[in-house]
Amino acid sequence: MARALVMLLALCLAFGVQAKEAAPAAEDPVLEARVSALSAELRCLVCQNQSIAESNAALAVDLRNQVREQLRAGRSEAQIVDYMVERYGDFVLFRPRFKASTLALWLGPMLLLAVGLVLLYRRLARRRSADEGELSEAEHARAARLLGAGGDKEPR
Amino acid sequence: MTSNTLPMPRLLVPLGIFVVLVILLGVGLTLNPREVPSPLIGKRAPAFSLPQLRAPEKSFSPSDMAGKVWVLNVWASWCPPCLEEHPHITALAEKKIAPVVGLNYKDEPQDAVRWLTRHGDPYLLSATDLKGQIGIDYGVYGVPETYVIDQRGIIRYKKIGPVTPDTLQKKILPLIEELRRG
Repeated sequence: MARALVMLLALCLAFGVQAKEAAPAAEDPVLEARVSALSAELRCLVCQNQSIAESNAALAVDLRNQVREQLRAGRSEAQIVDYMVERYGDFVLFRPRFKASTLALWLGPMLLLAVGLVLLYRRLARRRSADEGELSEAEHARAARLLGAGGDKEPR
Repeated sequence: MTSNTLPMPRLLVPLGIFVVLVILLGVGLTLNPREVPSPLIGKRAPAFSLPQLRAPEKSFSPSDMAGKVWVLNVWASWCPPCLEEHPHITALAEKKIAPVVGLNYKDEPQDAVRWLTRHGDPYLLSATDLKGQIGIDYGVYGVPETYVIDQRGIIRYKKIGPVTPDTLQKKILPLIEELRRG
């Protein structure tokens, strides 16, 4: 009986400890959600294909804390993005801003698509006009001769 | 004979596109994706005031260097590439054309002092950035990093990763000479 009680107590303690460890994240779920959402937009420069939300590199942890502190201090998402770009450049943004130096990046694919469509259209138009062309007298005669010649002889 | 009946020019178009693509991709392979252009070039070096590593009661601020061309080198005792560049940073300091200030980044001060004692201390002084907050202001994301700052406190050059004899001879030293001439 005593042993069972001790076990129960130990179990309760264990749960108690767990609850305590989980506390910081639940402290302010709204803030944490904003931190995660903004962190997912920012590239971790140490491990370049991860966002600072995914990465556990020391710098990513620092930058996440930076995001959390600044949000807590009442700064807006846009202000924090500016803060990061001032220090690390456009490269920290997974979705680069639309400006002169990123024009080719944003418009390049659309330009290529447009050029491709124009070329395709011109090609199809040319083919259609070639198909519609009437045969001349000489061509009719030549076609008849070829067909006739094919019909007269036995295939080898 | 029209060009349509000649197969050559039509074949050359895809071939040309292919060659251009290969050249573009080839150049891309030789670039280092870690060397992100810093937005800080041409901007004022962010202000800070940090305790000095060897004299924690004294502080260092970039404004202390006003009127001088100087070098800020971010280093840490836990960073192997810092040791790799250490002889070249020492060579730069020994030229005595520009003081080299260390920014000891997220390091234990005892470890940092021990590292300097063991390998030599080329720095005029090192400032202690325990939490890496100043590192964030300077856009540091890989130690070591090296900044050349002019007389007016403007960052003129940034090297990410270890300084090599090549960058020292071709970039840093000529730039310092040029800035010193005014």
